[in-house]
Amino acid sequence: MDRVVELRPEFVEGLIVTLRLAAAGLFVGGAIGLAIGTALYVSRTRGIVPSRPVSVILNVLVNIMRPIPFVLILIVLQPVSRWFGISGISEGHAVVTIVFASAFGIARIVEQNLVAVDPGVLEAARAMGASRWRVVRTVLLPEACGSLILGFTYALVAIVDMTTLAGIIGVHSLGYVALTYGLRQFDWTVTAVAILIIIVIVQIGQFAGNAWARKVLRR
Amino acid sequence: MTLIELRGVSKTFPPTRKGGEPVHAVRDVDLSVEAGEIVGIVGYSGAGKSTLVRLVNALEPATSGQLFVDGTDLTTLGERQLQKVRLDIGMIFQQFNLLQSRTVWGNVAYPLEVAGVPKAEHQRRISDLLNFVGLADKAHAWPEELSGGQKQRVGIARALATSPKILLADEATSALDPETTVEVLRLLAKVNTELGITIVVITHEMDVVKTIADRVVVMEQGRIVEQGPVFEIFSAPREQATRRFVATLVDAVPDAVEIEGLRRTHGGRLLTLSFRDESVSQSAVFAEIIGRGVEFELVFGGIEDVRGRSFGHLTLELRGDAAAVDEAVRAVGALVETTEVA
Repeated sequence: MDRVVELRPEFVEGLIVTLRLAAAGLFVGGAIGLAIGTALYVSRTRGIVPSRPVSVILNVLVNIMRPIPFVLILIVLQPVSRWFGISGISEGHAVVTIVFASAFGIARIVEQNLVAVDPGVLEAARAMGASRWRVVRTVLLPEACGSLILGFTYALVAIVDMTTLAGIIGVHSLGYVALTYGLRQFDWTVTAVAILIIIVIVQIGQFAGNAWARKVLRR
Repeated sequence: MTLIELRGVSKTFPPTRKGGEPVHAVRDVDLSVEAGEIVGIVGYSGAGKSTLVRLVNALEPATSGQLFVDGTDLTTLGERQLQKVRLDIGMIFQQFNLLQSRTVWGNVAYPLEVAGVPKAEHQRRISDLLNFVGLADKAHAWPEELSGGQKQRVGIARALATSPKILLADEATSALDPETTVEVLRLLAKVNTELGITIVVITHEMDVVKTIADRVVVMEQGRIVEQGPVFEIFSAPREQATRRFVATLVDAVPDAVEIEGLRRTHGGRLLTLSFRDESVSQSAVFAEIIGRGVEFELVFGGIEDVRGRSFGHLTLELRGDAAAVDEAVRAVGALVETTEVA
């Protein structure tokens, strides 16, 4: 336990970096995922703005990106980051990769939640003279809001998982602390504390997400 | 004045599966709706009535034909112009389709936002509408806190928000119990008489047509098979489909099974009288029978009242001297339409 106290600055930095990366994944990746997921939904055959080419291209893209294990995306995207002048073993690169991976993951979650919205309500809005874009903005997304919040909360676990893996390129997340000072130095206590902190982060996220969704869904 | 006019309108949906048959939902329909009337469109599910009503507000574009609403051919308009037209056409639905993410107030506000009505006018307009439908006390309730009838009232308030000329009701009472149905129909009648809004009601319940419609249109397999004033169609249906619908409301001529049942207990001569001409009173008809010393008993049928005019079919068992019965049958036949029951 002395070692944990000794490593306090490492843990603090790990926590901050983890939260920073997770926030990037959840908010930036989430926003992009929301856009892709909405596009997936509206372009469906009987969707709000049916478009076969858009639907096919997005589906193929999402289906290609989603199965690639995160560790490999981390490596494969290194040249892309470098092209933008970001080092391939920096926190910047971890942000790029996490945003990229979470966007595609969240896109499917968003699509699934939008499918669950009652099409009758969308039709009613169209019958009231709303444009397609207005229907998306003022009916589709608000009606799906509660389940979208739950979907994003669910994605949070996967995103925190990604921050851990980012440790392998030397990004100072809690995963890095656990790998470097726990695993490689055979110090189980350090590993356990890192895990504990991650569990607490996820718990808080889950609790906040549930509470917010309950408020929106009114049940 | 003709408010809605369809000329040779068809709607064909592409096959749902590759290699499947296209679906001809509406075929070559001609229909006019006069301003201020209530038209009931009846048909079994799949007859094309829901598609037909969606052609009127262009939620579904017609495949061919011309479709005039208030003088404008909708088939020539673009999406932006159609959105304007839809502000003039309210619609209510079987499942109410209220926005779950908004309160009653928010639901009624939605079309006002779409129409660009200034926020300052919302308050008064929404209170007026909620008062009109009798839900002023539920303004801040959420949809799930309302009963089915209340939800439909919100649907009606919402549909009326932009002061439309036309109200389309798609099976608006089919999810409601009989008592609530009556309340909602009464409200629709009030919408028609007090606000002068033309109403097109889609339904499979003849009771709904009987209660509020002026005119009835019967659809089968995408076509209009019969149409006319409600009393005429109900008292003298010509087409098979229409007869089946009318029979759900009015006991007409007994069918084979019913005759068999009647025969078991009634040995006399069975005669069905059809009353539809009000100039002939029932008592005059019965006097002809009684006057000839023939006894009779009512064994089947009923009299229905449509907007204060009655019609119906009564099956009588006649007993007595054979010659007298013959003469009675002939005399009655001169007054009303009769059918001899085998």
